[in-house]
Amino acid sequence: MPAVSELLRVATAGSVDDGKSTLIGRLLHDTKSILEDQLAHVAETSERRGDGYVNLALLTDGLRAEREQGITIDVAYRYFQTGAAAGAATGVATGAAAGVAAGAATAAVELDASAASFRGGRKFIIADTPGHEQYTRNMVTGASTADVSIVLIDARHGVSEQTRRHAYITSLLRIPHLVVAINKMDLVDYSQDAFESIVAEFTDWATRLALSDVSFIPLSALRGDNVVERSDSMPWYQGPSLLYHLEHVVIATDRDMDDVRFPVQWVVRPMSDEHHDYRGYAGQVAAGVIRPGSEVLVLPSGRRTRVAAIDTYDGELELAFPTMSVTLRLEDDIDISRGDLIAGADEPPTVARDLEAMVCWMSEQPMRPGGRYAIHHTTRAAKAIVDRLEYRVDVNTLERDPDAGTLELNEIGRVHLRSSTPLVVDPYARNRTTGSFILIDEATNDTVGAGMIRSAR
Amino acid sequence: MTPGPQAHVTTRSTYELSHLQALEAEAIYIMREVAAQFERPVLLFSGGKDSIVLMRLAEKAFRPSRFPFPVMHVDTGHNFPEVIAFRDQLVERLGERLIVASVQDSIDSGRVREETGPRASRNRLQTTTLLDAIAQHGFDAAFGGARRDEERARAKERVFSFRDDFGQWDPKNQRPELWALYNGRIRRGEHVRVFPISNWTEMDVWQYLAQERLDVPSIYYAHTREVFARDGMLYATSPHIELLDGEAPFAASVRYRTVGDMTCTGAVRSTATTLAEVVAEIAATRITERGETRADDRVSDAAMEDRKREGYF
Ligand SMILES: Nc1nc2c(ncn2[C@@H]2O[C@H](COP(=O)(O)OP(=O)(O)OP(=O)(O)O)[C@@H](O)[C@H]2O)c(=O)[nH]1
Ligand SMILES: [Mg+2]
Repeated sequence: MPAVSELLRVATAGSVDDGKSTLIGRLLHDTKSILEDQLAHVAETSERRGDGYVNLALLTDGLRAEREQGITIDVAYRYFQTGAAAGAATGVATGAAAGVAAGAATAAVELDASAASFRGGRKFIIADTPGHEQYTRNMVTGASTADVSIVLIDARHGVSEQTRRHAYITSLLRIPHLVVAINKMDLVDYSQDAFESIVAEFTDWATRLALSDVSFIPLSALRGDNVVERSDSMPWYQGPSLLYHLEHVVIATDRDMDDVRFPVQWVVRPMSDEHHDYRGYAGQVAAGVIRPGSEVLVLPSGRRTRVAAIDTYDGELELAFPTMSVTLRLEDDIDISRGDLIAGADEPPTVARDLEAMVCWMSEQPMRPGGRYAIHHTTRAAKAIVDRLEYRVDVNTLERDPDAGTLELNEIGRVHLRSSTPLVVDPYARNRTTGSFILIDEATNDTVGAGMIRSAR
Repeated sequence: MTPGPQAHVTTRSTYELSHLQALEAEAIYIMREVAAQFERPVLLFSGGKDSIVLMRLAEKAFRPSRFPFPVMHVDTGHNFPEVIAFRDQLVERLGERLIVASVQDSIDSGRVREETGPRASRNRLQTTTLLDAIAQHGFDAAFGGARRDEERARAKERVFSFRDDFGQWDPKNQRPELWALYNGRIRRGEHVRVFPISNWTEMDVWQYLAQERLDVPSIYYAHTREVFARDGMLYATSPHIELLDGEAPFAASVRYRTVGDMTCTGAVRSTATTLAEVVAEIAATRITERGETRADDRVSDAAMEDRKREGYF
C-alpha cells in the first residue's frame, strides 16, 4: 500500500440482477477492504431479511429504498487499494493480500515515499451503477468519468437489451477499456460452451461499436471465482482474474498529451497591494503538456501569446499536464475570462455555434425540438436551441430511426444544436472534456441531457 | 517526511499523477467551480481533519487571493475546547473570515429544544442552526468535508448535492452529474452542498495531512483523558454528559479518529503520538471510522440517510 499510486476509475454496468453490486462486494471482501463492523452489519441485515447468505450487494445498496426493493437505484462509490507490483510473477491474489496485510507495517515508511515507488499500486474508485432501465441516467453519471467499464452478463440469460444499452453507452462515452464479465458461471456448471457462446454473441453485435479494448472474463461474483483469485472451477479459462486485469490495464496513454486544452475556470486577481498586478488564469489541464514559453492561442478571440509561468500554491512548475489544477500567467495582457479556452497553437479546436452531437436524454419531459435549454460546456454557460433530431438509435439493433421526432427519457440520438455564443469545441472522440456538454432545463434547473460532440461549425 | 508536495512533477518522466495529486487536482477544480458558479458560498469548518484538508485545498485553489467565501463553524457548545482553540488559530493565521453559528443561540431563541437525560446530544439540533444560518446569510453553496467512504448514504451522494428550500436532500431524485460538468443552477432559497473530497478515503486524508505537514487538533494524538465506557465506546467525561448507573470514569490513553460533538464522539485507545504512528494504527484497524467513534450512526440502519434528508451535513 504505497503512498503514491495511480488512481483508476471503474464503473459497473449491465442488466438488473446480473450481479453488479454483488461483484463489487466480492471485490471489496476478497481484497480485505471491508472492515469488521461493515461486514457484521451486512451479515446481520442479510440474516434479518432472510437472504440465506451474506448478501454482499448490501455493501453498496446503501439507501433505505434500495434495501427494501433489493435493487440499486443510484450510483454508489466505493474505494480500495492494492499493492500488487506490476508484473509480479506471484500473481495478483498474493499481491493484493500482501498489500493489505503489509499496510500497517509499511505505513510509517509510506510518508517518506518518493516518486521512485510510484509504480507500486493502484487505488480504485468503483462506481456501482443501477441496472434498471428507469435509472439509466444514474448509470451514465457513474460511467461518464470511468477509465474502465465492467459490463456484467448473466451466464444463464446471455446478452440482453440492457447489456446492449450499457455497452453502447460505454462506447458512446468512450470509456477506454471494457470488461465483459460473464457472471453466475456457477449456475451453468462453469461451462466453457456457455461462456463462449455469449462471447460470440456479444462480439458479433459489438462489431459496430467503437470499442478499442475489450476483455471477456467468466466469473461468479457470489462465490468469488475469477474475481480476485483465478478459479479452479474453470481450468479452460487461461486469462487473468478480474482484479489482476484491473491492476494491469494501461491507462497512462489514454489521455491526449499532444494538443493543449485549458479551459479557463477562474481569473485570479488578488485585490491586495502586494499582488496588485497579478493576473492568473486558473483551471484544470484537459489535454497536452504546458511549459513556460509554450505558444498558445486564446479562444474564441484567437489572440496568440506565450505562457509566462505556471503557478501553484507550492511554487512555479516546469510543466503541467492532465489533470493538474494550475494557474497560468501569460506574456501578454489579453482580456480573458471564465469560459475562454487556452489551446496549443498547432491543432486548435473549433470555435462554433452549430453542433452535431449524440445526446442521451435524462428527463421525464421529452426533448423539445425547437426548444431552448441552458448548455454547460467546459467552463462556459450559454443557451442552446435544439434544432432537430436527426435520428434516434435503437440500442438493441443499433438501427437509426430518422422519424422519431424527439427523445424520451433514457433515449439516445443524434441532435443538431445552435448555441447562443460561440463554443470552443473538439469532437468528443478526441477529447472528453472539450467534446462534452450538458443541457439544463431552465424552468426546473434539472440536468436533462448529456451531449457528445461529433462535429461543429 | 522528505519530499515537498511538488517534488514529484518535475522529476517524473511520464506524465502521470499519483492518486493524491489526482484527488487534490479534482478538489481544487470543484472549489473553483463553486466560486465561479455561486454568489454566496461558505465553507463549513468543524475543526476536524477533513475540514482542515478543505482549508488547505482552498488555499491551493485561491491564493494569492483571499478565499472568495467565509468560513462557518456550527458550534454545538459541546465541542472539544482544544478544537475551538485550534479553529481560532487557524482562521487567524490564514486571515480568513469566520462566522460562528451557535446551537446555544438556537436553544435560547426557542428554535430548538434541548434534549434531556444521559443520552442527550446536540448533534441533531445542529441541523436547524445550520439551515437557519444558511438562510440568514443567504448562502447558496456550502462546502462540506464529507467523504463517500464514511458511510453508505454518503457513498450515494453527488459532489454538488442539491437541497430544496427546506434544506432537504432527496436521495431518490438526484440530478445526473456527468463528467466534471457540475450543474450549480438553483432558485432562491435553495442551496447546494458541495463535497470536494468526496472521493478521498480516511487514509488519503491522513496521507495528505502528512504530505502537507498540516497541524491537527491535539485530540487526534494519544493523550491521557478521563473516559467512561458506554455502548462499546469510550466517551470523555464532561459537564455535558450525565453518567448512567454503573458507568465509572477512568483514565486511559486515547485519541480521536473523528471530531464531532463531545456527546456523540467516541475515543479509541491509542499510544500514537506522531502522525506516522496514527497512520500506522489506522492502516491496521479493522473497524471503520464512524463505526468505531460515532454514536449518531448507530440509531438505525439508515440513521445518516434520515439525518441528511433533513438537512444535516
Ligand atoms: N448464483 C449466483 N448468484 C449471483 C451471482 N452474482 C449475483 N448473484 C445473485 O443475483 C442477485 C442480484 O444481484 P445484485 O448484485 O443485487 O444485482 P445487480 O446487478 O447489482 O442489480 P441492480 O443493481 O438492481 O441492477 C442476488 O440475489 C445475488 O446474490 C453469481 O455469481 N452466482
Ligand atoms: Mg446493484
